[in-house]
Amino acid sequence: MRPVIRAERVAKRFGGPDGLLALDEVSLSIQEGEFVSLLGPSGCGKSTFLRCLAGLERQSQGVLDLNGVPIEAPPEKLGIAFQRDALLDWCTVRDNVLLPAYFGDLPRKAYEPRAETLLDMVGLTGFGDAYPATLSGGMRQRVAICRSLLLEPKLLLMDEPFGALDAMTRDQLNIDLHKIWAERKMTTVFVTHSISEAVFLSSRVLVFSGRPGRVHADIAIDIPTPRHLADRESPAFTGYVRQIRGIFETMGLIHD
Amino acid sequence: MSNPFTIMTAGLRRGLSPILATLAFFAIWEVFVVLLDVRPILLPAPHLIAQEIAAFPLWFLENTFYTLGVTLLGFAVAVVLGVLFAIAIVESPAFERMVFPLFVALNSVPKVAIAPLFIIWLGTGAEPKIAITTLIAVFAVVIDASLGLRSVQPDILDLAKVLHGSRLKVLWRIKLPCALPSLFAGLKVAMSLALVGAIVGEFVSSQKGLGYIILSAQGNFDTPRVFAAILILSILGFVLIAILNVLETAALPWRRGKTGH
Repeated sequence: MRPVIRAERVAKRFGGPDGLLALDEVSLSIQEGEFVSLLGPSGCGKSTFLRCLAGLERQSQGVLDLNGVPIEAPPEKLGIAFQRDALLDWCTVRDNVLLPAYFGDLPRKAYEPRAETLLDMVGLTGFGDAYPATLSGGMRQRVAICRSLLLEPKLLLMDEPFGALDAMTRDQLNIDLHKIWAERKMTTVFVTHSISEAVFLSSRVLVFSGRPGRVHADIAIDIPTPRHLADRESPAFTGYVRQIRGIFETMGLIHD
Repeated sequence: MSNPFTIMTAGLRRGLSPILATLAFFAIWEVFVVLLDVRPILLPAPHLIAQEIAAFPLWFLENTFYTLGVTLLGFAVAVVLGVLFAIAIVESPAFERMVFPLFVALNSVPKVAIAPLFIIWLGTGAEPKIAITTLIAVFAVVIDASLGLRSVQPDILDLAKVLHGSRLKVLWRIKLPCALPSLFAGLKVAMSLALVGAIVGEFVSSQKGLGYIILSAQGNFDTPRVFAAILILSILGFVLIAILNVLETAALPWRRGKTGH
């Protein structure tokens, strides 16, 4: 079956021939419905790779295809979420969720019921008329997730969306995101530097080396879905975490 | 702490302190003049100023409206032109490179120096004064508006690109609302400058307005009248900025509720 995303020796260099090499010959393929985490230390190029997938950057070398077509601009119906939630403070929660319809020149009325359903799903019923400034970080990120799902994307890209949240909120949002994915099975590429978050959410973890970024290891996570937080204490889970931490140690990124 | 009575009295208490401070200011002034027996031609006592206004209320009112009219028209033109210019320089870096240095250089020309030129070009009516007012006020609008338009978080611009937002929609839904806080800061500065600009225009050539009153009263050494016009000017400036503050609160509903409750 043809992969949804195919990368062949993708490299990215910033700032001319002597500039910073962010990605060094990344090759990977992602099948439809997979939840793939890009896991690595800060500055290893995983966000750069995600931006190339989103059509926000162009790779300097190599082939990057989405459904067989080279990515040259932001693809249609892409869901995206950032670490800073990128909500519009001057719009209500509902207007924020409906933003993809506004920019996509789609009729607002047609998408309003869907926006309400999404807000209900993340526990923000009744918050449609509130302004983002009155919400906590976790609530704002939930609104951002709703926004990313409005057009029922086939591909969801997330760049450390829970990085700025406290541990408990992060755990809760991990559960919420996992449930959403388990239900819809949209292809998801998720950038993180939390090993346990990557193992919990993913069907596959791609471990990136430090800059310049390369795929150092490709680990299939064979834990049945849907998963629960308690699974984090299971031997299978801790095995994967140990394996990945070991990889980081051999890369010299953790010293203990 | 939410029934209308407590909110009203809290508001009254808060509004009371600047009123008391202002009254104290005038009281001290009055006492100072009386105690040191200062001649009115140097520094008139507040009661003399009040008398002057009370003696010719309609005349002062008429001239106040003239200055107010010039100020508001000049301000309005400055806002429209300033915002359009700011949008142009933000959306087109090529345009900015070409035109902005020229704009800054022209702004450094003292308007007072070229005011007589405006009289020659535009006549002796209100037009040259409005032109001077606009020119003095527009710089603040352009600087603050362009700053605001540029202050959008990069993530949000990335989001707009991914969502295939058109330039116009990005401007309307993202850049302009994001620019409003900076814009209002610029508007307040521009309003004060517009008022000054109107007076400057009147100094150069006018038979009407508060500036005219100041100039002609000075010529007659009628200091109480000068101060009367100055007092009215101060009140005018205060009221205009207060109106902008109210407009700002109305225009930025998302800022309420963030501080407090």
